[in-house]
Amino acid sequence: MKRKAKLALAALLLALAVASCLFGVSRGELKTVHRKASTVCLECIGIG
Amino acid sequence: MRGKHIAALRKAVQAGWGVLSNAYVTGFIKGTIYQGPLKNFCVPGMNCYSCPGALGSCPIGAMQSIFDARKRRFAFSVVGYLAAVGLLVGRFVCGWLCVFGLIQELLYKIPVPKLKIAEKPDRALRYVKYAVLLILVFALPFFWRDSLGIGEPFFCKFLCPVGTLEGGVPLVLLRQELRSAVGFLFRWKLILLILTVLASVFIHRPFCKYLCPLGAFYSLFQKISFLRLKLDGDRCVSCGKCEKSCPMEVHVKSDPNSAECIRCGACVRSCPAGALSFSGGAWSMKDPAGGLAKKK
Repeated sequence: MKRKAKLALAALLLALAVASCLFGVSRGELKTVHRKASTVCLECIGIG
Repeated sequence: MRGKHIAALRKAVQAGWGVLSNAYVTGFIKGTIYQGPLKNFCVPGMNCYSCPGALGSCPIGAMQSIFDARKRRFAFSVVGYLAAVGLLVGRFVCGWLCVFGLIQELLYKIPVPKLKIAEKPDRALRYVKYAVLLILVFALPFFWRDSLGIGEPFFCKFLCPVGTLEGGVPLVLLRQELRSAVGFLFRWKLILLILTVLASVFIHRPFCKYLCPLGAFYSLFQKISFLRLKLDGDRCVSCGKCEKSCPMEVHVKSDPNSAECIRCGACVRSCPAGALSFSGGAWSMKDPAGGLAKKK
């Protein structure tokens, strides 16, 4: 694939990635992450 | 001398980022974890959010926590964030901003005879990390649920040595109630951690090469990322120094933007002809510590 085509594809995918990110944020995914990350994750540390 | 400066810069960035992203000192003293607003956001590298010092969230853990098997809920924010990082810089994060990568590199500096895995099994083993990403990070947390309808973060629970090292060991040492809860799972994960540490002494970054799902995810974008390695074929003298210097054993000449390249810059600084450079949309850089040059 030519460099310009790669750049165009990367730019398109980047726009989709940013849109996906914003969509996730808009439906409250950050709250889920914060809830999980601000208590000790027993599974992660091998207890739960 | 110049090469040493670049290597020192990378080590400084890795260490600086490690300290900055784990700067919650109170956690290490009291055996607690940070609960402030920064935990809404993921760091780009592997860094367990149950580490007493962690200020941000681990993207792999965050992704699995959003996946909800009952509601078939997909982690759009984290997948989008990681895809954006991958599209911008590829596996640069692995080489410059991953604490666990730095720990493995330091272990590899222990002066013992090193293990060289033959190319064929090595190449085959490198696909394991994609299976880990697909099965333990995506498929099982997304589709599987227990009799109560609750899903599990399979990668974190059964495989991740980062959580054991950064979260499990310090918290178990600091908190009596966790010590008394240690069972088979903790011992299993401790064995995996010890194996990873031992392997890191003999093999350069074994977790990154063979098991890391985050590296696997970023590598999907390596061929088209904005930051990339550029080889000037007219300048190349085919001395092979780039390939000898590559700690990830990339065939730099035939595949400079291999999925295995962590953008550490070892090849760029080893090239005697200046044929290799980092390149972005409108700039190029002969070495990561040098200045930027606009493309003609």
